Amino acid sequence: MTTGVDRTRLPDPGPVPAVQFPQARVVRLSTGLAMRTVEHAGSSVVQWIWLVPTGSAGDPAALPGLAALTADLLDEGSSTKSALELHAALDRIGGRLGIQVGSDATSLSLITPSQYGAAGLALIEEIALRPRFDGADFERVRDLRRSRLRQMRSVPGAIADRVYLETLYPLHPYGHLGIGTDEALCSMTTADVEQFHRDEYLPAQAALIGAGALTHEAFHEIAESVFGGAPARAPVEAKGGVRVVPDGVENQTAKIVLVDRPGAVQSELRIGHVGIARRVTDYHAVLVLNMVLGGQFVSRLNRILREEKGYTYGVHTSFDCRRWPGPFAVQGSVQADATVESVQEVLGQMEAIGGTLPVTSEELNLARAALTKGFARGFETAGQIARGVAQLVQHDLPADEYDRFITRVDQVDVAEVTLAAATHLRVDRAAVVVVGPAEQVAEGLATLGLGEPLRLEA
Amino acid sequence: MLDYMKQTLDNGLDVIVHEDHRCPIVAINLWYHVGSKNEKPGRTGLAHLFEHLMFEGSAHHDSGYFTPLQQAGAALNGSTNSDRTNYWEVVPTNALELGLWLESDRMGYLLPALTTAKFENQRDVVLNERRQQYENRPYGLASMALMATLFSPEHPYHWTTIGETADLQAATIDDAHAFFRTYYHPGNASLTLAGDVDPEPAFELVRRYFDGIPSGKPTPAVVGVAQSQAEGQETAKASYLLLEDRIELPRLYLAWRTPPLFAAGDAGMDMVADVLTGGKTSRLYRTLVYDRRLATDVNAAQGSRELAGWFCISATAAPGHELAELEKVIADEVEILAAQGPEDWEIERSLAQVEAQFVYRLQTVGGFDGRSDQLNAYNVFTGDPGFMAQDRNRYRDITAGLVQELASTQLNVGGRVALSIVPEGSPERALVGSIPAEVA
Repeated sequence: MTTGVDRTRLPDPGPVPAVQFPQARVVRLSTGLAMRTVEHAGSSVVQWIWLVPTGSAGDPAALPGLAALTADLLDEGSSTKSALELHAALDRIGGRLGIQVGSDATSLSLITPSQYGAAGLALIEEIALRPRFDGADFERVRDLRRSRLRQMRSVPGAIADRVYLETLYPLHPYGHLGIGTDEALCSMTTADVEQFHRDEYLPAQAALIGAGALTHEAFHEIAESVFGGAPARAPVEAKGGVRVVPDGVENQTAKIVLVDRPGAVQSELRIGHVGIARRVTDYHAVLVLNMVLGGQFVSRLNRILREEKGYTYGVHTSFDCRRWPGPFAVQGSVQADATVESVQEVLGQMEAIGGTLPVTSEELNLARAALTKGFARGFETAGQIARGVAQLVQHDLPADEYDRFITRVDQVDVAEVTLAAATHLRVDRAAVVVVGPAEQVAEGLATLGLGEPLRLEA
Repeated sequence: MLDYMKQTLDNGLDVIVHEDHRCPIVAINLWYHVGSKNEKPGRTGLAHLFEHLMFEGSAHHDSGYFTPLQQAGAALNGSTNSDRTNYWEVVPTNALELGLWLESDRMGYLLPALTTAKFENQRDVVLNERRQQYENRPYGLASMALMATLFSPEHPYHWTTIGETADLQAATIDDAHAFFRTYYHPGNASLTLAGDVDPEPAFELVRRYFDGIPSGKPTPAVVGVAQSQAEGQETAKASYLLLEDRIELPRLYLAWRTPPLFAAGDAGMDMVADVLTGGKTSRLYRTLVYDRRLATDVNAAQGSRELAGWFCISATAAPGHELAELEKVIADEVEILAAQGPEDWEIERSLAQVEAQFVYRLQTVGGFDGRSDQLNAYNVFTGDPGFMAQDRNRYRDITAGLVQELASTQLNVGGRVALSIVPEGSPERALVGSIPAEVA
């Protein structure tokens, strides 16, 4: 045994150093655009995020996929640059552009080495506000998206995601993937894209976030020089995405959906129902609940299905907390011959945690600690900080939300978690989506008490 | 570029400390210089399976590796490739000692806790990892088919790190024990601490936990390397392979043997890849995707590994197009690059990307590719944790002439492996003369 080391017990780490989320300063530019900046000492990069408060749920009912196609076209040329010229400019500054379309928001993010912060924002302005939407580019990008949609028909996870959303939200804009449908993509025109951009990409509605090596003053100066000269557009009421509340879990019925993948060695699973919106009062209790059930490696479901039975490389659970109640899902890929047993186990654990097997105090402590004690790790880089600020903006949360996070999570007790489980985990309303070999799993799935599986095509 | 201090303990363990107090976290990063290159035919996949076993508890903490670390607010993971196995934790500053306790316990005292039940469970998990990441994934078997053809059966890069299913099923707990004794000891490891630590107390703490672990025997030489050197890439012969898969659009892979990690030409091949497919202004993206719309995507990369490198270009046919069209365009563009070299602006663009990448790489202390992982990589592969500046200079020194020379010497059709992955039932959509690849 190593000298001087006590191996009879683990060292007690003691208290975690206090951390504070870096404070963002909010200023309104002369054009009315709201900007939030964070100084990140020692950083060598500048991270910009341009946040548009509309995502795929803002797709017109007849044109699912329009928000994502519009976003995809933003970097395909601006009023003054062709697509290749725009990318040559990005390449010259070593910039990494990311365009993400979520259900409720679209974000453009650009990271550059710190000396190119100003050049980076100038490109963001072109990309976000002055896209070219050239007809030839439109055709090319639309065709690429149609090809991707086609390829997704052979990706088990993509099939499961699509079918799961369609099952949970048959009547709501959350019920489709961002990429939309082939039929809709085919019927779209450049006019649709131009219209969507005009309606939704309004500077007065957007948020600009800068984090990294610059001072607040330098961020401000750059932003004024980039946006200050632009004539203020007449204020328009943005549609701001979907305004319709989806049917809650109470209006759902348990069902099982099977997509055949003949001969597949695994079944891709999505199990759950409509979950919660971000701004609910028991948000922190739900976070803790999720950690215990399947949100971390040491969770009930991963322990049983991976570490005890070896049926899977891993399963996890998530509550996608959106503007309106987003999906709760258990997801994973399990070996085909363990499909039925795995589904049964998941349903059983969903039920038990709100009743017969409430969380133990050990589980509660572990889940709370995993959420709070690693908190500092989430704010190490300029990109993490900028995304943290973007989350506050997107969900209209108070500036001290992150500072209160640890206290709020630490207050969650067993009773709250059990109540959250009984309220937000409803086996009697759960949808089970299986993408796997029907010849091997269909019969067993029919015995689960969820009725005969509904068979859908990939 | 990256300040550090290094000490080597009496038992051979390299210890590297990098100080950065901006965030109250410490990255613990431990490399064992062992990967699938150290396996033998018939027992492929063992290095990676072994990595899984390292998370199942050790003699003095036999109840799972994750729980106490998650309880302390740590993030943790590990990974295996052909050349090395890495393990990391990112802990709040106060939990550094906990992390070192656990890492040292599994380095020094794993075997008493390694039971048959754990071994069999994790083998099932790994078989499911293989199903999920390779067998049930579109184009998922491409790497297996390519490596098996680029490298002869004796060469340890002939098989991929996940291993053959039959080999995993044949592996025994005795194999695992032997593997641990051979490769998991301080003399074959490199430990880096990066973040909110002061070097002297950090070294002292490491010594306290690791000094008493015996050094172990020098690891055996990798088998099959001699053959690979004798082969040389010149002797590789052109191959045309096909795989039928559950996919919608055919994809073509073109691959060559190239120089190993940090050897002459390795960085230059990165730049060849960038000129061909780096971003929308690159030659192949422009031609295949942007102008002629023959492909939905195109990628190229130099795979730099310790014993050898390989270069791969892949492209997916757009609906209505065939792999032969893609092959023609790619071959033409490679030939033009080989004949005329890159333009100055292409070198400048590529260098701007590299310079930025070296800045971005410094952002995090921990995790895969964080500063601690990079210090260990440089230490294990070059013996110098401070190799980053030289690494960057490899790129700054690249000239248009070198890129041209590499394109003309490394990417000959004569040594090229062409793999066509086509939809099931359509073997005729592969390149002419392709024969079915044997992968399981």
